[in-house]
Amino acid sequence: MTTQRILMILPAWNEADSIGNVIGEIREVLPTVDILVVDDGSTDKTAQLAAEAGAKVAKLPYNLGVGGARRLGYKYAREHGYDVAVQFDSDGQHDPRYVPALVAALDSADLVIGARFAGEGDYQARGPRRWAMSLLSGVLSRVAKHKLTDTTSGLRVVARPLIDVYATWYPVEYLGDTIDTLAHVARGGYRVVQVPVTMRPRAGGVASANPFKSTVYLGRAVLVIVMALLRKRDV
Amino acid sequence: MSLTVFTAAVGVVILLFILELLRRRQIREKYAALWIVVLVAVVPLALFPRISDPIAHALGVASGVSLALFGGFVFLLLVCIHLSWEMSRLEEETRTLAEEIALIRTRLDEKGQVER
Repeated sequence: MTTQRILMILPAWNEADSIGNVIGEIREVLPTVDILVVDDGSTDKTAQLAAEAGAKVAKLPYNLGVGGARRLGYKYAREHGYDVAVQFDSDGQHDPRYVPALVAALDSADLVIGARFAGEGDYQARGPRRWAMSLLSGVLSRVAKHKLTDTTSGLRVVARPLIDVYATWYPVEYLGDTIDTLAHVARGGYRVVQVPVTMRPRAGGVASANPFKSTVYLGRAVLVIVMALLRKRDV
Repeated sequence: MSLTVFTAAVGVVILLFILELLRRRQIREKYAALWIVVLVAVVPLALFPRISDPIAHALGVASGVSLALFGGFVFLLLVCIHLSWEMSRLEEETRTLAEEIALIRTRLDEKGQVER
């Protein structure tokens, strides 16, 4: 981990409340990594606060959604020759203490997912949302030939070959940034593994438990996974 | 004014409108060509609605007018789908541009810090 150049990519959209603390914590725990905050068209002081906290900042001219912000992060990583890119959230949900373990797992993988439901933590989901999650992990585990329990986790670590892939191809659609990217690289023959993590409650807002929304989520998840599997293998 | 004349007149007015847009370079040729072809077909059909009856009968449709109506619906649906497709492509293109601009701006900022 000491010789590799590591970039943490944090997409942020109006995260002025949390961004400073998140960056401060990363710098405290992981003093050698570089941090890139992708300001996704924020209207608050996100970019300014991120720069003051010591992160590099890339400012998008308007809101692209998390997929666009992440692809920009990977483009930056590719241009500056980073060996490892860490996908991280800027809302305080992810714990930087897990990053060294995730990076270490790259020795035997191209993509490492920080996964809930894998022994650590006590995250629970119910109803259609739970069915969607188990359907996704069932199908994607089979495609990746590795047991994946948390396919929608945003905490991911990739090495060089996938930095190049994601710099040119990263979907902007809902669920595309998690499911589609995973199915795409697993079918492309890249090795995907997971490492158990605990996630903290989000600083603001809670995951929706509304049954109608969960059902819509299930429908979209089915559509995304079916489409991802129907596409040509073109990695 | 009879219905046939009215319909044909509307067709001619829209045709002139498309030509005017083309003259002012307000519309891409590929779209203008599409509408010109459609309108050139519609105007005679409006004046002589019976001329499409033989085609309609050959296809098992009772009258040429209903065939034209059906054809019009299908055509407009296809045009809408085509526009959705073009829009998606444009959004992907502007997204790529936005990302490139952000990258360039970041690089300029970093350069500025070095010079200072």
